[in-house]
This record gives sequence, structure tokens and C-alpha cells, in this order.
Amino acid sequence: MSVRLMWRKSLNVAMLSLTGVCVLITVSVLFFILGYLVYNGGKDLSWNFFTRLPAPVGEAGGGMANAILGSMKLLLLAALFGVPIGLLGGVYLAEFGGRTVPFVVRYTADLLNGVPSIVIGIFAYALVVMPMHHFSTLAGGFALGIMVIPTVLRNTESFLTDVPRSLREGAFAMGANKWKMVATVVLPAASRGILTGVLLALARVAGETAPLLFTAFGNRFWSPGWNQPTSSLPVVIYTYATGPYEDWHRQAWAAGLVLLGLVLITNILVRAFLTRGTAYERT
Amino acid sequence: MATTPNAATPTEFTATPRSFLRRWTGGDEIAHLVTLIAAATILLIAVLLVYQLWVLSAEARAKFGWSFFVTKTWDPVAGDFGALPFIYGTLVTSAVALLIAVPLGVGAAIFLAELATPKLSASLTFVSDLLAAVPSVIYGLLGVFLLVPIMRTTIQPALKKSLGFLPLFQGPSYGIGFLTAGIVLAIMIVPFVLSVSREVLLAVPRDQREAALALGATKWESTWKVVVPAARIGIFGSVFLALARALGETMAVTMVIGNNPKVAASLFSPGYSIAAVLANEFSEATGNLYLSALIELGLVLFLLTFVLNGLARLLIVVTTARGSGVLPT
Repeated sequence: MSVRLMWRKSLNVAMLSLTGVCVLITVSVLFFILGYLVYNGGKDLSWNFFTRLPAPVGEAGGGMANAILGSMKLLLLAALFGVPIGLLGGVYLAEFGGRTVPFVVRYTADLLNGVPSIVIGIFAYALVVMPMHHFSTLAGGFALGIMVIPTVLRNTESFLTDVPRSLREGAFAMGANKWKMVATVVLPAASRGILTGVLLALARVAGETAPLLFTAFGNRFWSPGWNQPTSSLPVVIYTYATGPYEDWHRQAWAAGLVLLGLVLITNILVRAFLTRGTAYERT
Repeated sequence: MATTPNAATPTEFTATPRSFLRRWTGGDEIAHLVTLIAAATILLIAVLLVYQLWVLSAEARAKFGWSFFVTKTWDPVAGDFGALPFIYGTLVTSAVALLIAVPLGVGAAIFLAELATPKLSASLTFVSDLLAAVPSVIYGLLGVFLLVPIMRTTIQPALKKSLGFLPLFQGPSYGIGFLTAGIVLAIMIVPFVLSVSREVLLAVPRDQREAALALGATKWESTWKVVVPAARIGIFGSVFLALARALGETMAVTMVIGNNPKVAASLFSPGYSIAAVLANEFSEATGNLYLSALIELGLVLFLLTFVLNGLARLLIVVTTARGSGVLPT
């Protein structure tokens, strides 16, 4: 074997193993994060954590019930505001659109998806908080809802366009008009994909902190109704982690574990659900 | 079927107005209109977003003009605002992040696209997707309590010892600062580089690889000299996409960058980024000028990511379209 060939072969092995190392590093980060959170946060998870209000500063104990409920309320609002727009917009793109309008909408949605979440926060601040003159659950839900729209839209569109032509033609042949065809044949056929898209979008915004900082703000107590500032898990993690108290730090770890657990479990379940065979053959 | 009184007129088989009415009552036009309104709402949101940022930053734009971007002082009390330290911090941390994340992400993408079996590739990509779903505040949490101490006691002293002659690695080790923020950002954007790069690599036609191998190239040579160059533009696209993410990333950076508006050559120095200053000061900004200056920072951030995202999408579309037919789903 010539020297050159030996060099080439060893370079081959070296570089290819290096790419393997890259994968190993990347993938191990997830398990490391998860393990470290379980290690640090697991011991502070208790029944109180889910049912109590935060204890006054300096006092041990207390929980994050208000933050957990706050996050749920924010997600509910986000879903109520974002999902219909995303869903119907997706139907438009896939079924009713011509050529130019869908292109513009699609492009806008992609750009909107790339807007930093903190800028979305400014937008919600300008549109909801400034006219109302105070922070509120409503403003936070609005901000998260905007972030849900592009994902739901694009997902819905792609799953709708995946529905085979033969199904549509079958519906037309049975005498359905277009909206009946869409509503009773195409949407049900794509429903599983659309649902997973919605859940993934909600899981993503569930962890968003930045847009809530100056919309939902924060609250150490329950937030009655929709018009008051509210606590939420991500914001509490941020406040507690950057706060000066040892007790806060431990609670931040526990909250981090809960949040990460929820987000990861949703992601895993949703994807398993999606790949477990579809109602029709996908190409 | 048609229940609306004015629709079911008994006059038969006349011209267009009636067929329009029929379509209307049949529901097609309504469905079209409703979905169109939803789609238009997205356009409206985007337009309104730009409009709000522009109008609300008017006061700061009028007062400081272009000097806003080159002024170093940030003094809310005196009403003196300059964006330079924040823009600098945003760019430096993003650059550090790219330097680490691009080799890592592209390397991993090469493994997943070229070496791994489809099954292994799919499951590892899944893990990477999960990584992309981890909330940024979680990264910040680990950054604060895990990475910052390690940086302070181990990594920064080691860098100072070995590369301390460079101005980049001088000064006291605080643990927090540009370098730490850059590393956290790098970890966060690797999944984006990875998943997009993998897709564009997979989109390179198979015969390209086979031709290179048939000519006697090793697997690495075929990958590095044929496949990667063919997917080059798409990989650039993934880098832009990741950069846009890094620029706008807020929480993790806020928690480890040090929050000190400083322009310093050393990567060990605490700094500030646009997103971080918005996160910290926006809710307590008093006075219109202060708020307006912060919103102008938001506008800058928006425009930066807007341009980068647009460019990224263009590049990715160009490459995946070229490898026609083999697009991964």
C-alpha cells in the first residue's frame, strides 16, 4: 500500500469517526440535561409543590400551584386564539388558495415563525397591555397564541396536501361540493397529523418565557379571572433561578423538571402517535 | 338544503347571479371567505407587528438617529441611549455560538445522512428534535448553576493559560460573560444546524456518491468533496437559520451573559445582548423615551432575524429543489 493510500484511508477513518463523535456529543446533551434535572429537581418535588402557593421569602416549603394553573390558562388562551386561525388558514392554503396569495401567506408565516419571542412580547405589550394599562393573563395568552399560529398553519397545510387525490375525487363523485368534501373527507383524513401539529405547537410555547415577561408578568398569588397578571412556570423558573435565595434555586430545579418533563412527554407521545400508521398511505 | 329564504327563489336556470347565489348558499363561498379571513389575519399580524415597532420607536429614532447604533452609553436616568453594547454582545455571542455549533452540527449531520442506517438516523434525529424542544429557560437554568461555575474554575483559567496571549482570552474569570453565553447558545442551535443540514445532504442524488466511489474515492472523500459541496448552499441556509435563532434567543443568554452594557474585546467579560436588555428592562422602563429606545432595539432585532430568515429559506429551497425527486419527507 502506498503511503498516499494509507494516508487517505486513515483520514477516511479519522474523519468519519469524528462525525460520530459529533453525534454522540449532540445526543448526549439531552440525556445529560434530563439526568441533571432529575438529580437536582427530583428531591424537591412533592405534593405541596403542585398544590401550594409560593411561601413568603425566607420561609421553607410552599409550592407553585399558581404558576402551574397560570401556565394552563395561558396555554388555553393561546390555543383558543391561535389554533382556529392557524387551522383555517391552513385549510385556505391547501384547499382554496390560488397561487400568489398562498405564497405570500406561507412566506409571512415562516418569517413570523422566525421572529424572536421577545419581539412577539413587545408586540403583545403594544397591542394589549398598553391599551389596558396593566399586565394580564389575556396579554400573555395573546402573545403565545401568535406564536402558535405559524406552526399550526404550516402543519395543517402540509398534512392536508398529503391527503390523496383519490379521496377528494371520491367525495366529488358522491356529489359533495367543495366545502363538504374538505370538512367531511379531507379534514378527518388529516386530523391525526393536524392534532399532533397543534399539540407540538402548544408544547413549544408552554416553555416560552420571554414573551410572558411583560405581558403576563408574574404573580405570587392566584390570578383570578383573565384580567390580572399571572404567574407561569417558565417565568417562575427564571425569577427563582436568578434570585438570591437557596430555597428558590431548589424550587427552580423542581419546576424545571416539571416543565421539561411535560414538554418532552408531549413531544414523545405525539410523535409516537403520528408514526403509528396513518389512515392512508403516505408517499 | 338551501334554507336561506332569498336563495331558494323558484326562477329556474338563469344567468350568473343566481349560480353565484347557489354557490354561496351551498357553502363554498362562505368556506372560502372564512378561511381566507384566517389566512389574511396572519398577514395582518405581520403588518401590524412591523407597524407597531416602527411607530412606537419613533421618539428614539427621531432623537438619536443613526448615532443610536454607534453610541456606547446606556443611561436611562440621563435619558441617553446607545445600542452599541447590545448589538456588539448579540453579534459576539452569536459568532461564538456559530463557531462551535456549525462544525458540530454539520459533522453530526454527515454521520446521520451518510453513515447511519436509516433507522438509527431517524431515531437520533428524533433525539435532536427533542433537544430543539427543550425550553430555553431550562438551558439557562443549567447554564447558571452548572456551566458558569465550571467556566469560572476550570475552562476560563485553562484558556487563559494556553491562549492568554490573545486579547480574546484575558481578564478576570467571572464565569458569566460572552463566552459562556456563546457556549449555551451553541448547544441550543446545534439541533437546527443538524436537522436542516441532514435534510439537504439527503437531498443530494445518490448517483453523485456512487460516481465518486466508483472513481476510487474513499467514503470520506466522496462525502467531503462531492456531497457536501453539492449541499453547500443548503448548509449555509441552515447556518443562517441557526444564526437567526441565536440572535433572538433571550432567556438562556440573559441568565449567563452578565447583563453589563460593555464593549470589551475579552470573551471573559460580562456583556449584554439586545434580547437580554429587553427581557430585563422592558417591564420597568419609565418614560416614553426609555420605552421607545427599547422598542427600537426590538426593531433592530426583528429586522436582523427577518433578513437572515428570509435568506436562509431562499438558500434551503434552492438546494432541496435541485436534488429533485429525492426530497426527504
